[in-house]
Amino acid sequence: MSRIGGSLRRVIFGTLCHLTVTVACLASLALAGSDDGPLPMQQVAQGVYMHAGHQATSDAVNHGDIANIGFIVGERCVAVIDSGGSRQIGERLRRAVRAATPLPVCYVINTHVHPDHVFGNAAFRTGPTPPVFVGHARLAAALAARGANYQRALLRDVGAAAAGSEIVPPDVAVDRTLTLDLGGRPLQLRAWPTAHTDNDLSILDETTGTLWLSDLLFAGHTPVVDGSLRGWLAVIAELARLQPRHVIGGHGDASDWRRALADQARYLRVLLDETRAAIRAGQTLSEAVESVGQSERERWLLFDDFHRRNVTAAYAELEWEN
Amino acid sequence: MMGRKRLNARPTTLFGACLLLLSALVTLGCGPAAYASDDDIWARVRTSYFADRTIVEAADEIIQLSTPVRAEDAATVPISIHTQTPAEKGVFVEKVYLVIDHNPSPMGAIFTFTPDSGRADLETRVRIEEYTTVRAIAELSDGRLYMTSRFVKASGGCSAPAGKDQQAALAQLGRMKFRVKTPLAYDQPNLAQLMISHPNNSGLAMDQLTRFAIPARFVRRIDVSYGGKRIMSADVDFTISENPNFRFYFVPHGDGELKAEVIDSHDTRFETSLAVRGGAIGN
Repeated sequence: MSRIGGSLRRVIFGTLCHLTVTVACLASLALAGSDDGPLPMQQVAQGVYMHAGHQATSDAVNHGDIANIGFIVGERCVAVIDSGGSRQIGERLRRAVRAATPLPVCYVINTHVHPDHVFGNAAFRTGPTPPVFVGHARLAAALAARGANYQRALLRDVGAAAAGSEIVPPDVAVDRTLTLDLGGRPLQLRAWPTAHTDNDLSILDETTGTLWLSDLLFAGHTPVVDGSLRGWLAVIAELARLQPRHVIGGHGDASDWRRALADQARYLRVLLDETRAAIRAGQTLSEAVESVGQSERERWLLFDDFHRRNVTAAYAELEWEN
Repeated sequence: MMGRKRLNARPTTLFGACLLLLSALVTLGCGPAAYASDDDIWARVRTSYFADRTIVEAADEIIQLSTPVRAEDAATVPISIHTQTPAEKGVFVEKVYLVIDHNPSPMGAIFTFTPDSGRADLETRVRIEEYTTVRAIAELSDGRLYMTSRFVKASGGCSAPAGKDQQAALAQLGRMKFRVKTPLAYDQPNLAQLMISHPNNSGLAMDQLTRFAIPARFVRRIDVSYGGKRIMSADVDFTISENPNFRFYFVPHGDGELKAEVIDSHDTRFETSLAVRGGAIGN
């Protein structure tokens, strides 16, 4: 009798235990999944808001929140600068705008084609007067070429949380420069020759002297070469001559932007010099990928995710030199 | 073959009829299980190109294939094929076939060599669409077939046809370069590299939103000769990466000209040549 009672007790206890753990797990999942609040923002300068993305690759936990994105508030309306790596991140940015100001979003500016900067666009295509989407003159072609591939990768990396993420191409293309006025607040947009990508756009807020460089400047995170290595070094040389009050980079903390720019230039220079040397020495692509740039390994985050691909890009670009 | 047995068997149950239908669908390539395994695709490619000829597998003594385990850039995956001729008189490696099972175009390249190649070795870069088996098959001049294979983890190479700088790619289209290791040694295999500036992409359907279309345009045929004698030919497509790049061998017996003739899918022809004199390179 007591034995039966004992095992029944164990069964009940075991079941309750399982139930509790299950409920706790589901609750924590629910909590993690329902992080729908506005993105935390910092005011880099008066009316210039930036959210710092995680220094990571896109996954099911960060939902593609891996780039620095934000907005600028004028007297009439708001310009969003990059929308994040999924519709959900775009939604959270939209809520952050709402928390900062009742003014409408009149522009969504995409600084370049990469998925962590554009996949939140669809979240802003709402309301009676949706915003105008703005990008480099070569952005539309880049989105058309890469969009389907990015969608597949998004589904694979972020999973179900990526639902509703769409490619939204620009309505307005910037050839060289363009000024947008947010109401007493002019923004100077500048389209650059091929550097990080072949469609990089920067934004200068004249009111505060804030230069939003996005992925033309990486801090901490391994710089990603997806345009032209030589082109990017040329753009960096020009950026170094500018005198902005504040600078916002695409990944990491660029408060000491001149230092960040110098570090980035050093990395790209090492990539250039060592890849050139490898080609001249007759090394194959596979050999160069193993040997080039290893001295930079400890100085950058996500080195193993991006460096070898950078060497491949550098090799393919430089082997055409005479 | 299992498929044949099934088709000949009379279905006695509904289940049997279902199996029959499913196997028929798989055979026709329109069922969902059509690409379930590498074996299905390889079986079809094999039948298509080699009928029921014997292929010696894992034949590393004749043909070796070098690939990265995981590709850094799926659109630029370096591969290297090395062959060894059996020590038999008059026999040489005449063709090497490159098959990438899970690519949109599995038979990605067919290379043809001659005795003037010296070595039937080749290095190039390819696009890989999904985690897949990559196979290299050597066909000897007497018809014997030998195969080796490797598994590569890569994805998205073919569906990311666009290069990093679209404008630059179009501006340079057709530019070609030979590189040869100097000093040349006559009467021995010497390493050469041919570089072709070409977007080499498969094209996209028109994007309805942006109305941008990138037309398919890729190199389909390469003929390399030295001193008027063919040393390497290749039938290729967009499996080869942007800016097709090939390393191969040739045996110079004296002064002559290395020449490459290339045709792309628009039937545009490109040519380049490099003069070789007295062990030195001249233009």
